[in-house]
Amino acid sequence: MIVVKPTLDIILNPLESLGRFSRLLFHAFGAVSELSIYRKNLWEQMVKIGVDSLPIVTMAAGFSGAVTTVQTAYQLVTPLIPRSIIGAIVVPSMILELGAVVTGFILAGRVGARIAAELGTMRVTEQIDALESMGLNSIGYLIVPRVLAGIVMFPVLYVAACFVGIGGGMLIGDLGGFVPAEEFMKGAREFFQPFDPIFGVIKSLVFGFLITSISCFKGYYTQGGAEGVGRSTTQAAVASCVFLLLADLVLAATLL
Amino acid sequence: MISVSNVNKSFGDKHVLKDVSVDIPEGETIAIIGRSGSGKSVLMKHLIGLLSPDSGTVTVDGIDINAITYAELRRVRRNFGVLFQGGALFDSMNSFENVAFPLRTFSEMGEDEIANVVKRCLAMVELEDVGEKLPSELSGGMQKRVALARAVALQPRYIIYDEPTSGLDPETSNTIDELIRNLADQLNVTSIVVTHDMHSVLNIADRAAFIYEGRMHWTGTIDELHRSEDQILKAFVTANEYKIGLS
Repeated sequence: MIVVKPTLDIILNPLESLGRFSRLLFHAFGAVSELSIYRKNLWEQMVKIGVDSLPIVTMAAGFSGAVTTVQTAYQLVTPLIPRSIIGAIVVPSMILELGAVVTGFILAGRVGARIAAELGTMRVTEQIDALESMGLNSIGYLIVPRVLAGIVMFPVLYVAACFVGIGGGMLIGDLGGFVPAEEFMKGAREFFQPFDPIFGVIKSLVFGFLITSISCFKGYYTQGGAEGVGRSTTQAAVASCVFLLLADLVLAATLL
Repeated sequence: MISVSNVNKSFGDKHVLKDVSVDIPEGETIAIIGRSGSGKSVLMKHLIGLLSPDSGTVTVDGIDINAITYAELRRVRRNFGVLFQGGALFDSMNSFENVAFPLRTFSEMGEDEIANVVKRCLAMVELEDVGEKLPSELSGGMQKRVALARAVALQPRYIIYDEPTSGLDPETSNTIDELIRNLADQLNVTSIVVTHDMHSVLNIADRAAFIYEGRMHWTGTIDELHRSEDQILKAFVTANEYKIGLS
């Protein structure tokens, strides 16, 4: 019996969380019809999630592109391989992987933690109960705008990250003498696949949904005062990153 | 009228409410009293459907609030104003926006009319000048008064007060008590005050319901409370009187 209960908990706890998560999403989608009430909130969240994240996302993407260029050049020291191959590697890397994943990790930390802390604090200070007691659908008011803002703004950030990342890679390649800008772009064009950006946008939509919905879930069901808020915030960031990596693998395996 | 019948509620192994029944007639101010952890706040949350009973019923104006859809429950809740223990003001909004929030969300009023109602509500709690202040810039007592202004903004038929005077100094407690009494008299609302502060109970309530170890141990008018020979109730009241005497 001493062994059975912890074993059962290991199996049942994630299942219980999945059930509660599904129920939360079900209620959230049910509240989409009342979006006109929450329109102002949606706009605020789009600014907080999208516009406010733009500087850090573009900075990280720029450095990722630059570092990828430098490391690719370092590995291709043989004169038998044309330098334009650097552009052919860096650009798809940004579009297929780095643009979405770097943005995802930054948003998991910046946006995911903020959402969980905000909703967690509202829960422990009875602000969510206050919304409910007024007759408002708290899930509709708090969660739908955040998840929709994530789904809408993540692809925008992804596109910005790709442009800045590719630009950063090209600039460092040119300034550092690794590959001239024209050759970098020549390589990028030669190996460009039209499906790559579509795949990137699909990925960013999925990541946007995962990060915001997981963080909302963790924050909305916070228990236990300030310590509980801290726990929810950490769990939101960690769970978002883990599910982001998992989704990355699943999408690559199924769509590419 | 609100009617609670044979409500049971457990959290895990802890049986918090045990077969609790109480009727709250229209226009009455009832105090739900009891020691900390006796189940008062849990009962309060059942009255507006924030918690569902494991068994038993809660009816509001004849509607069993646990047998209706969520959309219908939300309509029933619009008859209530709730003052939460910590105020539960939205900390991203200033005082004016907090009071205006239910008006903007649920009424058809224009901004000018909303501004007038907000000013009137803030004046009623004697806080006309704090509209621009964020909740974090207000004292605990002021937060509760702004929360009270928000609770009455839509002129609810029922107002629930969860520990309205806890953590406040005696003077501010008296001000809050006075506000509750005035609201009950002026707006003819039904008031449910969850408290363990007997001083408040004697100031504001028409009737008291005493919860002891999860059971509805005693109900009666304030006069009956004074005359009651029930030992458990007397011990609770006496302990409060002793505290009041010391303070």
